[in-house]
Amino acid sequence: MEREAIIEVRGVRNQFGSQVIHDQLDLDIYRGEVLGIVGGSGTGKSVLLRTILGLNKPAAGRIGLFGKARSDMTPAEERAVERRWGVLFQDGALFSSLTVAQNIQVALKEHLHLPQYLLDEIAAVKIALVGLPVEAGPKFPSELSGGMRKRAGLARALALDPEIVFLDEPTAGLDPIGAAAFDDLIKNLQETLGLTVFMVTHDLDSLYAICNRIAVLAEKRVLVTGTIEEMTRQDHPWIKEYFHGPRGRAAVAAKTRNAMT
Amino acid sequence: MCRRSPGSESCFLCDAVYCAILLGFRRAGTLGESDHQYSQPVRRKRMSDQVMATQTWLEVSDDAASLVLRPLGDWVVSHAAVIDQLLNHLETHGRRAATFDLSHLGKLDTAGAWLIYRTGRTFERAGAKVTISGATGPQATLLNAVAKGDRPVRVEPHPGNIFTNLIVRMGHALEEAGQTILSLVGFFGLVLETLGKTLVNPRRLRVTSTVYHMEQTGLNAVPIVSLITFLIGAVMAYQGGDQLKRFGAEVFTVNLVAAGFLREMGILLTAIMVAGRSGSAFTAQIGSMKLREEIDAMRTLGLDPMEVLVLPRVIALIIMVPILGFIAAMMGLIGGGLVVWLDMGMSPQMYIERLYSAADFWDGAVAFIKAPVFGLMIAMIGCYEGLKVEGSAESVGQRTTASVVEGIFTVIVIDAVFSILFVNIGI
Repeated sequence: MEREAIIEVRGVRNQFGSQVIHDQLDLDIYRGEVLGIVGGSGTGKSVLLRTILGLNKPAAGRIGLFGKARSDMTPAEERAVERRWGVLFQDGALFSSLTVAQNIQVALKEHLHLPQYLLDEIAAVKIALVGLPVEAGPKFPSELSGGMRKRAGLARALALDPEIVFLDEPTAGLDPIGAAAFDDLIKNLQETLGLTVFMVTHDLDSLYAICNRIAVLAEKRVLVTGTIEEMTRQDHPWIKEYFHGPRGRAAVAAKTRNAMT
Repeated sequence: MCRRSPGSESCFLCDAVYCAILLGFRRAGTLGESDHQYSQPVRRKRMSDQVMATQTWLEVSDDAASLVLRPLGDWVVSHAAVIDQLLNHLETHGRRAATFDLSHLGKLDTAGAWLIYRTGRTFERAGAKVTISGATGPQATLLNAVAKGDRPVRVEPHPGNIFTNLIVRMGHALEEAGQTILSLVGFFGLVLETLGKTLVNPRRLRVTSTVYHMEQTGLNAVPIVSLITFLIGAVMAYQGGDQLKRFGAEVFTVNLVAAGFLREMGILLTAIMVAGRSGSAFTAQIGSMKLREEIDAMRTLGLDPMEVLVLPRVIALIIMVPILGFIAAMMGLIGGGLVVWLDMGMSPQMYIERLYSAADFWDGAVAFIKAPVFGLMIAMIGCYEGLKVEGSAESVGQRTTASVVEGIFTVIVIDAVFSILFVNIGI
């Protein structure tokens, strides 16, 4: 099957001062997949995410977005591309002076001229989609728990019905039940909305539960990509340690348990 | 001319829509994409089926009481406004059955799915039987998913009557003002208690922190305080001299500057500057620490925030405001002296001599009685407001504003009280 790469990262180099984070980094994101990015602390997972999003300008290399290089885009084209993706930042990054429903409506109001009742209805649909209760709508982010903030952040990321969502450690800081529920939610939404998901994560359970493909960041580039089964067969010491360590084994056990029940 | 078809002279699409609506979809009709409000008169009827098919969103065919709606094109959020308008104009009354035929639909997203669901619901409420046919698997899943969102969600926390809101807000503001005064008094007691404990056991004083804040709030403020008081001194001498000249009494300009700066202006200007400069900084510093739970972390480690954060700042200002006030008074006198010298030709020696006769010991001493009190109040209010920050970044902003306003207000009130006091005891 011919897979369509909607985001292509080629030969990217990122450095802060003399410290090189990425060098000659290549990565493809295919339509409809759930791609998990793993790597040790400080390998620049978040920097890679920010580079793709355009929040960080790479020192060298090319970022192709939906078939066109970012460097060739006019500002208007860049804005059009930004409407085609949604981002969930680590702690939601909700606008603290707006309620959850207003947070969801920000992008809709900015880009489209919809009547207020339709905005409210769409906000209600998104709130339901991410599994928040109705009462969450008029609440401010500071009144929500960490898990609810993430859900609200996801609802905001989905406001414009993007083709691809970027998730920065979506399950970090959630309890195991909350994390598993969030994994389910992402999987459901991915299937329902036909999303492509780019997920930076440390959570092995998430990797096993929802990722179709995994990219390992190490030695300043994407070392290998492949399915989780392929990862477990890798010989690289770090990858071995990562997937065969005690936590890796526990995640496998959990996966088999779930498969049996 | 229609915005959607900029090439054509007149918009036949809009005309088509208008016709269709006039006829209430009595016969098979096709609705065109349009932003118009359907209020234009029919100008021309000219339809090209080919163009219609590529640019339309909805095909309506109507036989007897049953209605078949055939969505066309991409039903996505960017087209939601247009499609919503088309759907709002559908006649629901008297239908016994309505069918959505999704076989010609292009892309569908949550907004589009919601519009289909909502229209179906409207027909159902009007008593029609609604069926959806031709949906692909993912489309059916999406339609089921949006059905869960069929519940009104409030967007803003407090809708309500504007007048009751006004009264409620006034009440809240009053209550808050009362609470603030009460808890400030409480906080004052807490500061005094901590100060007392530290005096008994001086080793508990954070010397490094205190010195750091003395540098930040005192030393670093010297240039701006000097500049401002110098200029105000000059302005006062210039304007005052101009008035006094009319009575031939310009020599008393010196008295004006001396009394003004030594007693009031020097210290008051300093206090206002410090409240704006350091009081706000205290609130923002402590407030953002509060937001990041650093204060809670301190408590769990057995550190007293009053001792670690508040006391060094309070002591720093108690020491630095008098010093800054002294510098301010001097700079004011120099500014005034310069004007008196250049404008009235009074030599510096003469100016200093007249200063000695114009001002007595108490003129200067009064300022130094007030200064530490001002410093204490500004630091205390700054820290208090900082500790009251909660929730969001917005709260830091509100508290910082409150800190400056309350700081300046308190300084002026205390200054007035001191004035009355000093007049009554004759100094």
